[in-house]
Amino acid sequence: MGAPVRVLVTGATSAIGGAVVERLLTRGDEVTTLQRRPCGTPDPRREILGDITDARLVGEAVAGQDAVVHLAAKVAATGPWADFVRVNVDGTRAVAEAARRAGVTRLVHVSSPSVAHGGHALVGAGAAPADPSATRGSYATSKALAERVALGTRSSSLAVLAVRPHLVWGPGDTQLVGRLVERAQAGRLAMVGTGAALVDSTYLDNAADALVAAVDHAPALSGEALVVSNGEPRPIGELVSRIVSAAGLGGPTLRVPPSVAFIAGLVIERLWDRLGRTDDPPMTSFLAEQLSTAHWFDQRRTREALDWIPAVSLELGFERLTDWYRQQPH
Amino acid sequence: MTSGLAAPAHLPPPGIVGLDPAWSRLVTTPDHRGVDCTWHLLDNGADEAPLTLLCVHGNPSWSFLWRNLVAAAPPGVRVIAVDQLDMGFSERTGCRRRLADRVADLVALTDALGLDGPVVTVAHDWGGPISLGWALHTHRRTPGSLHGMVLTNTAVHQPAGSPAPSLIRAARTRGLLRTVTVNTTTFLRGAVELSRPRLTADVRAGFLAPYATPARREAIADFVADIPLDDSHPSSEALEAIAAGLDELNETPALLLWGPSDPVFSDLYLHDLETRLPHAHVHRFVGASHFVSEQADVVGAVLAWINRPALAASGQPASTGRVPLWDELDRRRDSEAIAVAELGGDDVRVIDFADLRARVMAFGTGMIDSGIRRGDRVALMIPPGIDLTVALYACWRIGAVAVLVDSGLGPTNMRRALTSANPRHLVGVTRALSAARVLRWPGRRIAVDEGGSWSRSALRVESTMTELEARAAGRPEPDAPDATDDAVIVFTSGSTGPSKGVVYRHDQLQAQRDQLRDLYSIGSDDRLVAAFAPFALFGPALGITSAVPDMHIAHPGTLTAAALGDAVADIDATLVFTSPAALANVVSTADELHGAELGGVRLVMSAGAPVNPALLGRTLELFPNADVHTPYGMTEVLPVADISLRELGPATGGAGVCVGRPCRDVTVAVCELDHLGVASGVPSAAVGVQGEVVIRADHVKDRYDRLWLTEHRSTQPEGWHRSGDVGLLDHEGRLWIGGRLEHLIITDRGPVAPVPVELAAEATTPVRRAAAVAIGPVGTQVIAVVVETEGAPRRGRLARTELTDAVRAEVERELDLPVAAVLEVRALPVDRRHNSKIDRSRVARWASDVLAGKRWARQ
Repeated sequence: MGAPVRVLVTGATSAIGGAVVERLLTRGDEVTTLQRRPCGTPDPRREILGDITDARLVGEAVAGQDAVVHLAAKVAATGPWADFVRVNVDGTRAVAEAARRAGVTRLVHVSSPSVAHGGHALVGAGAAPADPSATRGSYATSKALAERVALGTRSSSLAVLAVRPHLVWGPGDTQLVGRLVERAQAGRLAMVGTGAALVDSTYLDNAADALVAAVDHAPALSGEALVVSNGEPRPIGELVSRIVSAAGLGGPTLRVPPSVAFIAGLVIERLWDRLGRTDDPPMTSFLAEQLSTAHWFDQRRTREALDWIPAVSLELGFERLTDWYRQQPH
Repeated sequence: MTSGLAAPAHLPPPGIVGLDPAWSRLVTTPDHRGVDCTWHLLDNGADEAPLTLLCVHGNPSWSFLWRNLVAAAPPGVRVIAVDQLDMGFSERTGCRRRLADRVADLVALTDALGLDGPVVTVAHDWGGPISLGWALHTHRRTPGSLHGMVLTNTAVHQPAGSPAPSLIRAARTRGLLRTVTVNTTTFLRGAVELSRPRLTADVRAGFLAPYATPARREAIADFVADIPLDDSHPSSEALEAIAAGLDELNETPALLLWGPSDPVFSDLYLHDLETRLPHAHVHRFVGASHFVSEQADVVGAVLAWINRPALAASGQPASTGRVPLWDELDRRRDSEAIAVAELGGDDVRVIDFADLRARVMAFGTGMIDSGIRRGDRVALMIPPGIDLTVALYACWRIGAVAVLVDSGLGPTNMRRALTSANPRHLVGVTRALSAARVLRWPGRRIAVDEGGSWSRSALRVESTMTELEARAAGRPEPDAPDATDDAVIVFTSGSTGPSKGVVYRHDQLQAQRDQLRDLYSIGSDDRLVAAFAPFALFGPALGITSAVPDMHIAHPGTLTAAALGDAVADIDATLVFTSPAALANVVSTADELHGAELGGVRLVMSAGAPVNPALLGRTLELFPNADVHTPYGMTEVLPVADISLRELGPATGGAGVCVGRPCRDVTVAVCELDHLGVASGVPSAAVGVQGEVVIRADHVKDRYDRLWLTEHRSTQPEGWHRSGDVGLLDHEGRLWIGGRLEHLIITDRGPVAPVPVELAAEATTPVRRAAAVAIGPVGTQVIAVVVETEGAPRRGRLARTELTDAVRAEVERELDLPVAAVLEVRALPVDRRHNSKIDRSRVARWASDVLAGKRWARQ
């Protein structure tokens, strides 16, 4: 895509953040990262450590950039609402405002399909506008507000594109794969509902490719939101089994009816809040719904708009995950 | 006379669903008394349009009823939908208006609007008589300006011998009328709320919008009070004049669109209108009720109808040079050769050709004697055998139209078939007569079986076949019908919605008979065992001996090898016509046979659904000297193509099931599918193009019965029958079928036909059968494969990983297509009539639920 681009990536410590940085560098872009802890970028001079709500720091980071990929977010099942607002909403505002002031031309805001829906099955759904009143849970609600903030910053000089990858997984991913495997190892991996609900997921490399494509195509897509997935929905039970078996473990041994899981989730959320616990609760109402209802998306617009198709099929992805686990020290 | 309070007309408030404020107009003009009144009307404003639809609502309703028609009108069509005075948002004038007044009011309005161009009236409920009064007036004043009439659930006459609708009589009860119509919203809400299927909340609110207060509801009472329940009523004369005047409109095209579940305007009124407007096109929307335009595609029907090519009344020209269906009976009037043998238990009934012809003539003459006329519909509810043959050929011989209601339809579709075809007479066995009694079916009954006087009166039997045949002695032979007269109504199996009545004329059945004779080289020395209902009836027309084996014909799976062997032995058969389900049972009971009973059979024909190759192989072992043929076709045209086992062996590939080459004098083409699976292409014989199969032949049905819109759509482009099947022609001219159009899986890569996917899945052990179904919205659907395996629970489960992998791998290898999910069930649902076609719509609904996260449930 022509001359090298100067790109700021926030939240580059995550698996997907690392993959985006790697791709941008490979094709010759100048990449700066902004996150709290070192992310292992090859050029430490271009690594800024700190909090995205720190306006001065963010201003420094965006200076001279052509584009920003904003990945930094608080991703958790429970926790004080104020924390979600601070990182996800205020942080996004700080990044977007700074970008606008600094004359950045493209902002790719990484969002989530959960910002537009809650509570019901999504069957071949499109990317509806973010709607904080429809979402379930602090994470989704704060991300819905954040997406609105980001898209609201767009102007004739700043193109803003929201990209919503759905269930990203792959080697090194701690969010989905890490948690599933941890639970399977502890023998407490439960399947909520029948396990037949179709869900989309996104192999890590594909999500990273889509974000890089978003950097390139953002000027023509300003104001849009695009859901990104592999476009290969699978029954959730199958997906979970394949991920844990890639780690050499057995599939879910427990089954919980969705209604029981939902109510248990509500109770556990309250309990965690009251106890001030920050570790992962065993169940949340949001998770109960995600696991027991269909969540898959119409990918036609996304693929056309980004001129992108997933390079790694689910099948190949499972193979790579298996290989990766084999190479891990035990 | 005045009633109630006056209030000016006004525009509807904003926010009424489906209503564009730009359509609303207020028009002030003198009414029938010469007093200025203001109308509210919807008008799409196409002033210079060459055609105007004038839409008139009934009670309680308003122009809101026609909003979707206004919205959908194409350029060149003006739609004017009025709110009658004192109704909707028109002025509350305080004047009580009777039928004649309302007709005069409407004439005054259209004069004021300068509406003189071509007009088609569209009306509902009590808007019907008003619109017809207007139509008559206009037709008399300016002949040629009335281009058509569309009527939906209405009436112009209370048919003799039937009570007025009980709901109307109840509302008219003295002292109750104003309570239910004006002081409360009982009548208004009743009409709107009781509509089934239920109207959505915003539509119900739309209907109620103009009638918020008792003062605004005065005219609802006036309307109900103005229905003439007897001759002394002030509006009786006006209504009778309109009903009688319809004779003058017998050249004006008419379209009757009906919701038959209407508790007020039932089929009774439809049939009354049909006798007054015999040229009318009719479409009954099964399942819809009073507000038919809210529940069925009335808009689509009206727009298709006004756009139809202005052609002569009825379908195809007669194909000539064929002999009547009873020709072989006449030739064999002295023959003692067996015509029909009927095997049952240890019993064999036989009739020779001479006796068969004599009974056909006698029963035909007897039917005429009992009042049955040429063109009358006569339901025959008799199992295949001698009596059915006599009754059927007698109907044909005298020009009565046989309505064949077979028990394979199942109770619901049997009842619907009888209601939609509306035969005036029924010839039936005791079981059928009992069912007719339970259904309160109103026609006249002729019993096949002799019963005691008690059962005769209980079943309301007027006469028996034997009695009618006895009455014929000494009478001259009846006149024969024309080749273009209707001959029979048969019914589709209803596996995709309510079953449809299919009308064949004599010449079309003659062509079908000749096609069969030609296709299977049937000669006078052939003898037929018929275990497949439709063809069981053609034996006498082909001039050959036929036998019906001892089986329950509605349940083909009841045919045993022994029963088939007996029938074959009894007449030394050379031909066996059967179905896959029957063959499957014959094969599985093959050890009942001693040896060579079936050795004389030269040809086995299996119809209704494709036979799986394994079954075919075993069938051949049973019939060592026969070839097995499978014709391809449907209730609307059969046969279209044919394939023999010899050809079927090597015919495998990615396109589906090979059904062979088109029969002689049958033209087969495909209409190519677009990216969203719509068969928008023009008929083409291009090789390798996947599309909807369309057919031309002399033996295609004449039309669907009382389903004008279905008929219209199934014959576009004109002269073709759209089969609803998806297929392609290969370079050898063979036709391959990939499934039904409505079962296509519309993925983001384009449409995928289910059958090739199923064939690939069925190549995996331990899959017995498979159904490939669409999950998700059109355009982004994914493929789910539901497989039948021995060990699966009845409620189904997610297939185990190995099976999922195997099915995916096979579908990927054969077709390069992705499968989202594989589900396992113990048994897939199959159709009732043939017991072999998978009910994919049901499987799709089940799989969609399961894959959305709902609980496992039996299908």
